Amino acid sequence: MFITLNGKQTEVNDGISLTQLIRSKGLEPESIVIEYNRSILQREEWESVVLKENDKLEVLRFVGGG
Amino acid sequence: MDDKLIIGDREITSRLFIGTGKFPANRIIPDVVRMSGAQVVTVALRRIDFDSDDENMLKYIPKDCILMPNTSGARNAEEAVRIARLARALGCGNFIKIEVISDNRYLLPDNMETVRATEILAREGFTVLPYMSPDLMDARRLKDAGAAAVMPLGAPIGTNKGLKTREMIKILIDEIDIPVIVDAGIGKPSDACEAMELGAAAVLVNTAIATAGDPAVMAEAFAKAVIAGRKAFLSGMGPVKEYAEASSPLTGFLA
Repeated sequence: MFITLNGKQTEVNDGISLTQLIRSKGLEPESIVIEYNRSILQREEWESVVLKENDKLEVLRFVGGG
Repeated sequence: MDDKLIIGDREITSRLFIGTGKFPANRIIPDVVRMSGAQVVTVALRRIDFDSDDENMLKYIPKDCILMPNTSGARNAEEAVRIARLARALGCGNFIKIEVISDNRYLLPDNMETVRATEILAREGFTVLPYMSPDLMDARRLKDAGAAAVMPLGAPIGTNKGLKTREMIKILIDEIDIPVIVDAGIGKPSDACEAMELGAAAVLVNTAIATAGDPAVMAEAFAKAVIAGRKAFLSGMGPVKEYAEASSPLTGFLA
């Protein structure tokens, strides 16, 4: 199935959980924040999210800035 | 001399705030932070690029710093609020630098949208430090909206032109009773010193340090300039006069 991940159409396994996706991308959970279909998720909510077709996911982190 | 800077519920130990953009390599940032003595450090929030190995910025910023994410990329109040809430969900405190910019050439802030964003975020418990064009009425609006400080620009971001808005900043310092922090345009330590001599509560410097030949040494130079300017302001500077006034006695000359 396809989701929109950071603005890009991205293919992921059917029924993948958010936690699995994060792990597969090799991300450190404490360094990222996730917006799921325009709502901000708290870290403890990630576990319960199973992705569906056409979900919109934004995964962000801090970068250098002034 | 007791000279505390309080912003929100935090006592700030250094009046030099630094940004973390444009450094030639992130690994030099810990050294720069240490040499600058800065406690408040800004960062930006961006999408992760899954096709590149971008790094976790947080590992370069000492844990005892106050992180001040900015809302760069926001073109209106709603976008700034969205970015601020996301930044807070990362769990690094309540400080937020509001930056709302829709002008791509000079990157001048939109004061009206900034006031709107400040009102919303202050109500949500953020410690709001808005980047603004130095206008007295807008600074009052920001204060009334709950800003913890105002951050007028000295010159457009990244230009290193110095305190081009000096007279307007002076008016804010005289009239606004929350900290006035000069942000943007400060190009060299003497500019930072000048802002502090005027009575600014602090300065925020990024480009001038990040693009210096030796950023860590430049950070130290800025730290000293900020301390010098602050001490000069607190000590009460002597008056400027039109005509000469001898410093040596005008009597008892050799005949």
